[in-house]
Amino acid sequence: MDRKARDAEWSQLMRAAIGGDETAYRRLLADLSRALRAIVRRGFGGVSAGPNEVEDVVQDVMLAIHLKRHTWDQGKPIGPWILAIARNKMIDDLRRKGRRTEVPIDGMLDVLEAGGHEDAIHAHDVTRVLSSLNGRNREIVQSISIDGHTAQDVAARLGMTEVAVRVSLHRSLKALAQTYAEQKP
Amino acid sequence: MKTDDLIKALVADTATNERPVARTVGLAVAGGVVVAAALFLWLLGLRSDFGHAITHDPRFMFKFVFTLGVAIPAFLLVRRLARPDGDVGALRWWLALPLILLAAAVLIEMYVVPPDHWSVSAMGSMPVACMENIPLLAFAPLVAVLYALRNGAPANPLVAGAAAGLLSAAIGGACYAMFCVDDSPMFLAIWYITGMAIVTAIGAIAGAKVLKW
Repeated sequence: MDRKARDAEWSQLMRAAIGGDETAYRRLLADLSRALRAIVRRGFGGVSAGPNEVEDVVQDVMLAIHLKRHTWDQGKPIGPWILAIARNKMIDDLRRKGRRTEVPIDGMLDVLEAGGHEDAIHAHDVTRVLSSLNGRNREIVQSISIDGHTAQDVAARLGMTEVAVRVSLHRSLKALAQTYAEQKP
Repeated sequence: MKTDDLIKALVADTATNERPVARTVGLAVAGGVVVAAALFLWLLGLRSDFGHAITHDPRFMFKFVFTLGVAIPAFLLVRRLARPDGDVGALRWWLALPLILLAAAVLIEMYVVPPDHWSVSAMGSMPVACMENIPLLAFAPLVAVLYALRNGAPANPLVAGAAAGLLSAAIGGACYAMFCVDDSPMFLAIWYITGMAIVTAIGAIAGAKVLKW
């Protein structure tokens, strides 16, 4: 698929997601995670980056894409917006590790054209990230993400309203984004 | 957490959508203007000949051409820089325009006013008040705009903060101009610019601290 077609597809999926379409959002995020893996690896260039490091940054970028999706101008292509976020997070990551802070974005879009898709190499378990959340919030995130329950199920089990579960989840995601930002090398 | 698990959590959070950032910035600026205007009316108020000067005195009118001429491109700039892929782009020329107009106005003033009167024009009657009141009036808009930018994702926190400072400074300057009786472009070029530069610098420093995401 060429760059334009992919951009159009992602833009359409994101518009649907912003409109509340979970299926479209799931497809977009799955697609993005594979593309981002290739982008992040390429962005790190010569810097030796283990699969865990790459996966950390991919997750950091995806959280940022999620929490900042209202900053995408829906009238514009989504690719440059995604790359800007990825680049920003890669620079943060390299800076934290005290490495060079130049991330070449030339050619990053070509990674997409070249079919640069990578699946997660192994089960990367970032328990230290989840452990930054307190008891109930962690339980909610874990139930929804790792165990795959719906917010409704979790609410019933914990004796909370569904709205409260959703609020807690949203707060936790913000807290997780913060955790990535403060991670030590 | 595996990335696929993270995706499940993000999908479950689909419904919590925030307002488009451009609208948040617009609301923040509107709120900031209202507070600045209210503070202005409470502390200072319109100068006594406002009605006449605004229709008859080109030098008085020019103060608004300048301050609003900065405010409008600064507003568009803040809206742009609230996004991760935003850049200054062609707006730099629109921001330069009021400065070029001011430089031209100063030259005209120097041509019209005899040299031994220049210092009187430049110092006006209340130079220090101008430098104090512009930051004072700009404070609420600056807080509001920085807050809106925090909701965004500025690629460069320092530059975005400076843009927020410049916009707030222009709002403060436009408010203060309605009170201030010093209308010489020379006065504008020295004291308004100094007051506005202070606010812009504060915005840049604050931005670098609070706008990381």
